Amino acid sequence: MNSLRPGVLARFQDAFAHALLAPDAEPAVEIAALAAQPAFAVYRNTVVKGCIDALQANYPVVARLVGEEWFRAAAAIYVREALPADPTLLRYGSSFADFLARFEPAVDLPYLPGAARLDRLWTEVHAAADEEALDPAAVARLAPEELAGVILHPHAAARWAWFEEAPIYTIWTRNRADHVPDDDIDWRPEGALLVRPRDTVRWIALDAAGCAFLDACAAGATLAGAARAALEAQGNADLARLMSTLLSTGAFGRLSHSGDRHYAENCP
Amino acid sequence: MLGALTAGLGLKPQYYDAALACPADGLWFEVHPENYMVAGGPRLAWLEAIRARHAISLHGVALSLAADTEPDPGHLARLAGLARRVEPALLSEHLAWSTWRGAYHPDLLPFPRTGEALARIADNISRTQDALRRRIAIENPSHYLKMDGHAWNEIDFLAELARRSGCGLLLDVNNVYVSARNLGYSAEDYVDEFPGEPVMEIHLAGHTSDPNLGKALLVDSHDAPVASEVWALYERLIRRIGPRPTLIERDDKLPDFPTLLAECQQADAMLRAPLARAA
Repeated sequence: MNSLRPGVLARFQDAFAHALLAPDAEPAVEIAALAAQPAFAVYRNTVVKGCIDALQANYPVVARLVGEEWFRAAAAIYVREALPADPTLLRYGSSFADFLARFEPAVDLPYLPGAARLDRLWTEVHAAADEEALDPAAVARLAPEELAGVILHPHAAARWAWFEEAPIYTIWTRNRADHVPDDDIDWRPEGALLVRPRDTVRWIALDAAGCAFLDACAAGATLAGAARAALEAQGNADLARLMSTLLSTGAFGRLSHSGDRHYAENCP
Repeated sequence: MLGALTAGLGLKPQYYDAALACPADGLWFEVHPENYMVAGGPRLAWLEAIRARHAISLHGVALSLAADTEPDPGHLARLAGLARRVEPALLSEHLAWSTWRGAYHPDLLPFPRTGEALARIADNISRTQDALRRRIAIENPSHYLKMDGHAWNEIDFLAELARRSGCGLLLDVNNVYVSARNLGYSAEDYVDEFPGEPVMEIHLAGHTSDPNLGKALLVDSHDAPVASEVWALYERLIRRIGPRPTLIERDDKLPDFPTLLAECQQADAMLRAPLARAA
């Protein structure tokens, strides 16, 4: 190795990185003498353990649902498919829910990917940009003729999801708590809203109308358009109650008026 | 050389409340910037609250300076943004690689110290210092593998990096001890030969024996008190080069805050001792 040529460092790193995650493969010649040493396992273990620890921290409800041993075994397989793309390990595991959805040993746990999605939303909300939540009085002050054309922008730290297949919100909420009640869960579709108007992440159940309403708001619909979307999703939606819930939870960051860019940009 | 900083502590989330309340004069805290590269929320709020009362050092683990590629511009921009936000007293990184071809390997990985590597790393450090508009310190790594193909010994390599890029150095005395034991050289000689002038910071930490290989392989685990041999090396070092900001690193098996503070105060007392001051 004394006649190192340009590009040798890159080849060394290709070989080393590959050997870290493929302990059973024949190591490349560049690092064979290293991979043969028992101490190579220190690097192998540190890399894999670091990733698994991060996943376990980022997916606490999934880990609780399946138990630590199952979780870490599944995570070890995921790590070999998808190393972190970003050294901020809080963001690691963006495809973990999709992985669980096609993970053969989890086929009898159809609620697992949904629980993983809510764990992920919690992390996103926790680390999202700070923003003052919209004061409900700002909406109350609007003249009736203004209301339909107003656009409510979801708060920077608000995330929501609708789960058609299973009561994911109930399952997730119970397993975030210290004591899991053992009464039966009503098996039905559910939605969830997670918000962080200030320091602490909070969550509430959200019905199909609420999720459709926020989807429309996020897409830039006016209040009239968002209300239509909510009613299409759920014919019996109580829009007044929904608005009151969303405003008091801190689901909105600011409001603007359709067709009035100047006002939209300067509205407090 | 010591400036305003004497002995400091690695800051884990478990210590936020105690750290905020701690009145210890001159105490400073070090964090991994990667844990705070977020848009907002309580993590940044905690860090800024600590920063309002104590000096902060940013100790990066992911710039991957020894990778055969330029530092990731997005990561570098996030680091620069965090540095603008907390105005750290010190900013450091490792003589190692971790991100390679878009994948982050959460460890500090070794490489052969060749002329090719030296040129690449010196350039990467210069790019980093240009982006951050400040001098950074580069830390000596822990070694576990016996590697052929080194054209440079580590001390000369680090000294040459400092000469070419103008960077400072961070001497981790526990890493010296662990590496010397694992690779079979004298930790005392290493500490005696290390160039004193560029040293901007010293690290002290605990290590353990590998669970499988026992004492034949020490691991830089940061999960135990600083060993007496490492304290002795530290005293030997500061007696020669004088006092420098010194950090107690602890990342696992966390003791209560007063226990860690006592280790910090031990380093502080040694830094203020006449022998260290006389140098």
